Amino acid sequence: MKIIVCVKQVPDAKDVRLDPKTNTLAREGVESIMNPFDRHALEAAVVLKEQYGGTVTAITMGPPQAEETLRDAVACGADEGVLVSDRAFAGADTWATSYTLAKAVEKLGEFDLILCGKQAIDGDTAQVGPGLAQRLDIPYVAYARKITECVDGVIRLERLMDDGYDEIEMGMPALMTVVKEINEPRVPSLKGKMKAKKMQATVLTAADIGADPECLGLQGSTTQVVKVFSPQFSAERCMLTGTVDEQVDQLLVKLEELL
Amino acid sequence: MVNYFLSEEQQMIVDVARQITAEKIVPQRVELDEKEQFPTEILQDIAQADLFGLYIPEEYGGFGGGSFDMVLALEEFARGCVGVATSFAASALGAYPILISGSKELKQKYMPVIASGEKLAAFGLTEANAGSDASGIQTTAVLDGDEWVLNGTKQWITNAGDAKIYSVIAITDRSKGPRGASMFVVEDSDPGFSYGPKEKKLGIRASSTRELIFKDCRIPKDRLIGRQGTGFFTVMKTLDVSRPGIASLGVGLGQAALDEAVLYAKQRIQFGKPVMAFQAVQHILADMAIQLEASRALVYAAARHIDSGAKDVSKASSMCKVMATDMAMKVTTDAVQILAGHGYMREYPVEKMMRDAKILQIYEGTNQIQRNVIGQALNKEYSRS
Ligand SMILES: Cc1cc2nc3c(=O)[nH]c(=O)nc-3n(C[C@H](O)[C@H](O)[C@H](O)COP(=O)(O)OP(=O)(O)OC[C@H]3O[C@@H](n4cnc5c(N)ncnc54)[C@H](O)[C@@H]3O)c2cc1C
Repeated sequence: MKIIVCVKQVPDAKDVRLDPKTNTLAREGVESIMNPFDRHALEAAVVLKEQYGGTVTAITMGPPQAEETLRDAVACGADEGVLVSDRAFAGADTWATSYTLAKAVEKLGEFDLILCGKQAIDGDTAQVGPGLAQRLDIPYVAYARKITECVDGVIRLERLMDDGYDEIEMGMPALMTVVKEINEPRVPSLKGKMKAKKMQATVLTAADIGADPECLGLQGSTTQVVKVFSPQFSAERCMLTGTVDEQVDQLLVKLEELL
Repeated sequence: MVNYFLSEEQQMIVDVARQITAEKIVPQRVELDEKEQFPTEILQDIAQADLFGLYIPEEYGGFGGGSFDMVLALEEFARGCVGVATSFAASALGAYPILISGSKELKQKYMPVIASGEKLAAFGLTEANAGSDASGIQTTAVLDGDEWVLNGTKQWITNAGDAKIYSVIAITDRSKGPRGASMFVVEDSDPGFSYGPKEKKLGIRASSTRELIFKDCRIPKDRLIGRQGTGFFTVMKTLDVSRPGIASLGVGLGQAALDEAVLYAKQRIQFGKPVMAFQAVQHILADMAIQLEASRALVYAAARHIDSGAKDVSKASSMCKVMATDMAMKVTTDAVQILAGHGYMREYPVEKMMRDAKILQIYEGTNQIQRNVIGQALNKEYSRS
């Protein structure tokens, strides 16, 4: 089974700051880690590999430093790392990112399963996983909390819901995003760390993946960040009294005032 | 921190062990201690990280490291919990006799499963009448056709009941005195082999300690480790290489106690200032730090001396065991003193550290016995010239 795990390098949540000028996350001097949910996706992939055989490829889109995250992935059981990196990718939103990753995945060839964390802790959109599946035109399940079985090209899993869980069967190739309940990620092994030290990540540029330049980076992004700020909460409480009709009338007046 | 010039590989061992300690051991140590629960899952995490094979040659599925590599890993684990670290260390203690004196076949059979952590090992020497005086052992092994038949009871055996592989010493010919004992591999499933109830202990409660009971326990002839009559030799060689490991448990524990004491002293306010500001407190902390670092340096030096292939290592091995474990007892007691009332409460980790420290001065040869070894070595050294 060929498994691809999407991992993202994110600033350590312990010290998140916003750059007031650019309205983006300040990355300078902040330690980078593998997105915690991706760690669970990686663990799920490695467990599948141990159970059913196959390979695990970690892929990340990011600046050259993101190779560290691929090393981390190899130390924790991935077989190889692919770094999708190009200046042209800078400023990508989830739309452009899923396009870029889809192109890179196509470049890598056949696969059975793509695993992603449910969301990245910096952007918190939870869109790239589903977006990637859409672009690759494969089925996907978000919020997987358990993989029950994986035989004959079919994967059985449980999806976490607010009020319980769904049992789902999905034909492969497919994509799933996982929640942290799915497993307890392992710590890197000694042999893994040694392998990671020697690892040479495959680097894919915009040209390598045959991407349309219009669709990449800031240019290919439909989202424009206008302003990032902490909202001021000034909640007011007021009790409406009287009969139901009177209360409705009062409410309508209030709403009109606000609009 | 003092720079000990670790190689890149050694630093990796430290990093892996440190992460296991932070993520797996520290969060569970209180519960394991209170429930006197064996750390099965943590040992699996350690196995997954390849650390059970640290000292085992690569041809048997290990990492091919030495005494020093073990010392580095054990120190980190002991910073989290000496009970967990003891369970890990005792498996190595059970493996060393096979590694030191066993046949190629025995090594091929047992080393790979010990290296992978799939099976735990244990070491059975002590008996009711044989503590410091190993010559008092009464367990016997008699050859009957193609099988050895063992009878007797070993006491206070770490990992007993949880391990699958036991290196055990028994008398094979009492008339031969010190050359009358031999070591054997006994497996958990062997007929006539059972365990006593789990002992209740002062400290290292995450580790399990039980009796090994042999009642006409029959094992195949080829489970003899080395030649017949070499049992005591194998035991001595085993303890020579394993003692720096116990010493490093003292270093890790001492470091953990110092960390707790300093952090506490910096934030505990009395008489309007942090207690760290009082010279009397600072001097206790300074002495803790001095003894700790001196012990670490000696342990590392002794382990490297062993790994250099030196022939006579007993003295260095015993010296580092005494120094680092006496230090651990002193430093953990001082840590409780600095945390005072809070230190005495189970809510803080230092009372457990103090309880855990005591065993280090007792097992793998009491510190009095270590001093005997050192004294005898000195006597020998000075008679030569
Ligand atoms: C928790 C725990 C785990 C253990 N795990 C193992 C294990 O896995 N395998 C194993 O084989 N054993 C194990 N042991 C046994 C341990 O190694 C012995 O307890 C130790 O060797 C001391 O023996 P003893 O307790 O019988 O003390 P004793 O020998 O009875 O000693 C009593 C006192 O007399 C002193 N003393 C004795 N002889 C001399 C001498 N010649 N000179 C000076 N002082 C002397 C001792 O230092 C001590 O202070 C374990 C013990 C404990 C408590």
